Amino acid sequence: MTAAIDVRDLHKRYGERRVVDGLTLSVAEGEICGFLGANGSGKTTTIRMLCGLVKPDGGGGTCLGMDIIRDAPRIRLQIGYMTQRFSFYEDLTVTENLDFVAAVYEIANRREAVKAIIARMGLADRADQLAGQLSGGWKQRLALAACVLHKPKLLLLDEPTAGVDAKARREFWDLIHDMAADGLTVLVSTHYMDEAERCGRIVYLSDGKLVVQGTPDEVARDSKLVTFRATGTDLDLVARALRTLPGVESAAVFGSALHIAGMDRAALERATGSLGGGLVWHEVPPQLEDVLIHLLSQPGKAAA
Amino acid sequence: MNGFSFRRFLAVLRKEWIQVRRDPFTLRMIIALPVMQLFLFGYAINADPKHLPTGLLAVDHSKYERTLVAALKNTGYYDIRPLASEAEAERGLADGELLFVVNIPPNFDRSVDRGEQPSVLMDADATDPSAIGNAAAALAGLVSALDRDVPQAIQSSPAKAPFQFQLHARYNPEQLTVLNIVPGLICIVLTMSTLFVTTLAITRETERGTMENLLAMPVRPIEVMLAKVVPYIAIGYAQVVIIIAIAVVVFGLPVRGSVPLLTFVLGIFIASNLALGITFSTIARNQMQAIQMAQFTLLPSFLLSGFMFPFKGMPIWAQWAGEVIPMTHALRIVRGMLLKGNGFAEIAPDLWPIGAFTLVVAVIATWSYRVTLD
Ligand SMILES: Nc1ncnc2c1ncn2[C@@H]1O[C@H](COP(=O)(O)OP(=O)(O)OP(=O)(O)O)[C@@H](O)[C@H]1O
Ligand SMILES: [Mg+2]
Repeated sequence: MTAAIDVRDLHKRYGERRVVDGLTLSVAEGEICGFLGANGSGKTTTIRMLCGLVKPDGGGGTCLGMDIIRDAPRIRLQIGYMTQRFSFYEDLTVTENLDFVAAVYEIANRREAVKAIIARMGLADRADQLAGQLSGGWKQRLALAACVLHKPKLLLLDEPTAGVDAKARREFWDLIHDMAADGLTVLVSTHYMDEAERCGRIVYLSDGKLVVQGTPDEVARDSKLVTFRATGTDLDLVARALRTLPGVESAAVFGSALHIAGMDRAALERATGSLGGGLVWHEVPPQLEDVLIHLLSQPGKAAA
Repeated sequence: MNGFSFRRFLAVLRKEWIQVRRDPFTLRMIIALPVMQLFLFGYAINADPKHLPTGLLAVDHSKYERTLVAALKNTGYYDIRPLASEAEAERGLADGELLFVVNIPPNFDRSVDRGEQPSVLMDADATDPSAIGNAAAALAGLVSALDRDVPQAIQSSPAKAPFQFQLHARYNPEQLTVLNIVPGLICIVLTMSTLFVTTLAITRETERGTMENLLAMPVRPIEVMLAKVVPYIAIGYAQVVIIIAIAVVVFGLPVRGSVPLLTFVLGIFIASNLALGITFSTIARNQMQAIQMAQFTLLPSFLLSGFMFPFKGMPIWAQWAGEVIPMTHALRIVRGMLLKGNGFAEIAPDLWPIGAFTLVVAVIATWSYRVTLD
């Protein structure tokens, strides 16, 4: 398998801040790679470096076999980049925006291509609406439509589903899987756990460094995180008390279940023993969500 | 991706045109601005410039002539240099090198002594009435200038002056300020609409966040810049037509020069503004900065170009600064073409500075267009 993205040792500094700090990343062709990390961990900056919008201060590599620094203009022809902030023209209609994109990419049969993508993305009812008047979710759909219009080989999606409702998100991901099945490579940043779980592989960034990567299962398993679960009532009070005890990194209530997680099994067992009261605790395999919260709660010092 | 693509250029142009059309406020301003300015500040400008360049045509070099020239100089309004021929005088007036020409008739001294009341002809370039108004008014006090020299018998009395001035206002015989204002207004309005609007062109994309997308797409800077500029060339010409039409119909502006040549010259002037606007637009980080930069250049254009204050009446350093400004030259060309009927030969010296300015600024614009977000 060849790599669609293959970059080594990327560095980017803004002032004194190392925003991306020695990032090495490889994404195979046809893979859906989830890009995770806390706010400000450098996801957007990395994606911008991949498509030549930001010049790395150090390091380099290839995108679709082309050098990210020298060949940026050629790379742009074959990637679709969906920006984190909506960046289409609010004073143009959906159709006009798509038509503009199609024309700039010099797509043959422009009008048919635009019609086809509008139908595929379910934008037909809103085709003549000004983009600025669309709701957030529909704007995201327009943006996705625009960045797949020219049939790119690589999609770079920066939080494409922020503010999108659950059903639309599901459809969005079905679409991404659909396109990946045709050989499209996708690098997608997200803060949603359920989306991370739908990725073939996830990459976790912290302070501009790659901290963890692998399939969602691998990441969960390799985290060495210990998780206990109990069911009962009045869990909120218990959770609040548990959070104050040593060794308990997180305690969260999900309906009638309480999850606690930490790295130190003995400390966790002491905690559940002292405060668990009438609750019955079972050890469960760590969920990706627990792992990510664990990672998010200790910036910088997380082990690889 | 290699080279300029006309199709991509058209794509951006189409988008820009839709955006211009969707912005009714700007469109209305574009129509209202020239009309309002023409009527509002058409009459408001007044100034008292001194040391105006004046040519002297005389054959005799007589005693009275010397006295008269000294008296003219003493008013402070006239800087006098002798001319060799009528032709030189005509050329000087047409180029704007001279604002006045004093014609002392032959045998002036004898005519005065005989009490024949000879006339001293003053040719004046009246394209800018405010420039010559006070100077011309000062002539009235000069008829007694020879009183100490002439024989007692014909010394000036209210009934009989030894000689008289005859003012010949050229180009704009009624000395209508509005006729002078129109060329200036054409230049000012073109500057306001083209410079300001293009100054905002790229910063607007940056501020709305659409720049990131535009940069990620395969458009080249030159395509984007050209496409952003072309709609405003059309708009600029529309404004020129509005201004000239009103001036012709309402104020009786003569259009003496060639219209195709005027169109061409204004095109170059528009280009100079657009180049400057785009440069500001690429340098400025946000719309506020961009507007400040535009204002920073607009003020000198108003003050130093000869629009507000007659150019020849300004101190030398200000004239030098004024020479750099495209509007100075555009103003001279448009005045010359509309009011004097100047042709290519007369305007060429003012045409190339605008062209050179445009070229230099366009190069800077292309350099400073950022292709990354850094
Ligand atoms: N143009 C810039 N100038 C200065 N600092 C910047 C610039 N762009 C990004 N940064 C800084 O770089 C850091 C990383 O930003 P980045 O946008 O890459 O994070 P992110 O992982 O995408 O975060 P989020 O999840 O909030 O989108 C932030 O601290 C941000 O303030
Ligand atoms: Mg981001």
